[in-house]
Amino acid sequence: MKYEQPDDHGYFGEFGGAFVPETLVPCVDELKAAYFEAKKDKKFRSELEYYLKNFAGRATALYFAEKLSKEYGFKIYLKREDLCHTGAHKINNCIGQILLAKRMGKKRIIAETGAGQHGVATATVAALFGLKCVVYMGSDDIKRQALNVFRMNLFGTEVRSVDTGSKTLKEAVNEAMRDWMANVKDTFYIIGSCIGPHPYPVMVRDFQSVIGYETKKQIKDIEGRLPGTVLACVGGGSNSIGMFYPFIDDGKVNLIGVEAGGRGIRSGMHSAAIAGGRPGVLHGSLSRVMQTKDGQISLTHSVSAGLDYPGVGPEHSYLNKIGRVKYVTVNDGQAVEAFHMLSEKEGIIPALESSHAIAYLKMLRGRLSKKDIVAVCLSGRGDKDLDIVRDFKN
Amino acid sequence: MSRIKNAFKARKALITFIMAGDPSLAATEKAVNELEKGGADIIEIGIPFSDSVADGPVIVNAAQRAIKKGVSAKDCIKLVSRLRKKTDIPIVFMTSYNIPFFYGAEKFLKDCSKAGVNGLILPDLPFEEAKAFSSSAKNKGIDLIFLIAPNTPDARAKKLAALSHGFIYLISLTGVTGIRTSLSSSIGESVKRIRRFSSKPIAVGFGISNADQAASAAKYADGVIVGSAIVRLISAKNPVWKFVLGLKKSISKSIYID
Repeated sequence: MKYEQPDDHGYFGEFGGAFVPETLVPCVDELKAAYFEAKKDKKFRSELEYYLKNFAGRATALYFAEKLSKEYGFKIYLKREDLCHTGAHKINNCIGQILLAKRMGKKRIIAETGAGQHGVATATVAALFGLKCVVYMGSDDIKRQALNVFRMNLFGTEVRSVDTGSKTLKEAVNEAMRDWMANVKDTFYIIGSCIGPHPYPVMVRDFQSVIGYETKKQIKDIEGRLPGTVLACVGGGSNSIGMFYPFIDDGKVNLIGVEAGGRGIRSGMHSAAIAGGRPGVLHGSLSRVMQTKDGQISLTHSVSAGLDYPGVGPEHSYLNKIGRVKYVTVNDGQAVEAFHMLSEKEGIIPALESSHAIAYLKMLRGRLSKKDIVAVCLSGRGDKDLDIVRDFKN
Repeated sequence: MSRIKNAFKARKALITFIMAGDPSLAATEKAVNELEKGGADIIEIGIPFSDSVADGPVIVNAAQRAIKKGVSAKDCIKLVSRLRKKTDIPIVFMTSYNIPFFYGAEKFLKDCSKAGVNGLILPDLPFEEAKAFSSSAKNKGIDLIFLIAPNTPDARAKKLAALSHGFIYLISLTGVTGIRTSLSSSIGESVKRIRRFSSKPIAVGFGISNADQAASAAKYADGVIVGSAIVRLISAKNPVWKFVLGLKKSISKSIYID
């Protein structure tokens, strides 16, 4: 049966929906109408293709990691999203959403950011199209990622510090939504992951699925067949859903999502919403969420700021439930080890987020044969993480 | 007639919001008595949630403090059970949908009903997502109160008005809860718009924080909701009944303007 999710109300099975205050309902409805109309419009699609190619630098390479393949005993291909402009896959979605914002006549862009990758990508496209931009960022993240704040400022974006709660990504999303409530007419909220109320999860998936479609075509060109396994890291889950989606109907392709195990699931200090969460409603959709015994949203931990989020996109919760994607966890230490390993072996410094996916390759050792192909989404470059890795103590 | 709807009979209703557990559950219990003494007609009690998107800083911070003290939905329901030994005033819970969802929607409504909760406001639960919840609330005699925003289109506002029980919660502005220096000038128009398709009581909230603003809103609406200004007083352990009395006096003097 062909995979057709979500339904008209934004549900992937029991997950998804649009749980937003009444003030945001007209905004979400307007966005929904505009998005599904744009999706059908050839002009919109060709404009999107133009900027993906000429501004973001697509298609990105699918690189055969020769040394790593030899060492692990199976064929490893890296989907090089780290080669995208701004250094990560985030730009794919930002170009899509800002073109939509322009089409809707919106004058002002807002976004949330954790480590700053999505904030930088949003600031970049806002500069490209000359729109005013405000990015919300937790005050703790601002301290940790001063360089990214400066980068956003260079693009003319105002970075607003969020000082409530955990002072990180979760609170930044809250503040962005509050801003949107106060500025419903002229503001477009560019959400960075496949989370949030319908239509965000499906829209972000669609914009990111260019990753998987390219991979599929490239691997067929090189190997003449599909990979047996596809790997990607999962925080909110945008690079992974983009990588997985085009393979969902190819039943023989094993899809594996790697969550941030932090200091171990048992420690409670992690960001693995599939492994350690339960169904809940956060930031506009029903999905698996890490919660306390009282239903409060838990504080999370991961060495990788981009994965440090208590929820996960509703489509991942669904793919987990139906068993189409297997979700596993990789701890901080394993991710940092993979960061070093890929740098040394292949001359590629992966983002700490992507390092989680790379780390899982080790677990496949001995379970696959020489002919087996594994495609890994290398979602971003690791330059932003150098300080963290240098100072990391397991 | 529901106890909540009854509160609008023959008078303008003053609806006051407090956050359960801030600064302590005992203080909240005491505050309800004070609010009633000051002339509140309906008490809204917030069940703290860590990520309430519709709230501004005063209520967000109050919720954070309550959560730090470990205040849970169960504690809030128990609080109402205790209050019911002392007062008949209509009590409404206001919280984010994850709280009843996590608790188990059916069990939550059952326990609320048993404790004597009269109504429920869940700002992030649009009616499309509320079908089962709404009918279950009705069965248990709990008024599920829907909100209408200034930017809600007519067709949708009509539906919300029809679905809302107890009263219609009209949001005065596009934005979050909190104290504002001036009142939205469009309240009169907004109330009139709802009156065209509903005869249910209309209470205005968000951004009403002093007696003058309350009086202006009461010229048009059947009730006025004050939250952040009261939460701020209680958080600072200041007496609140005089402030409430001032609100009550000012809205009682307001005469309807068509």
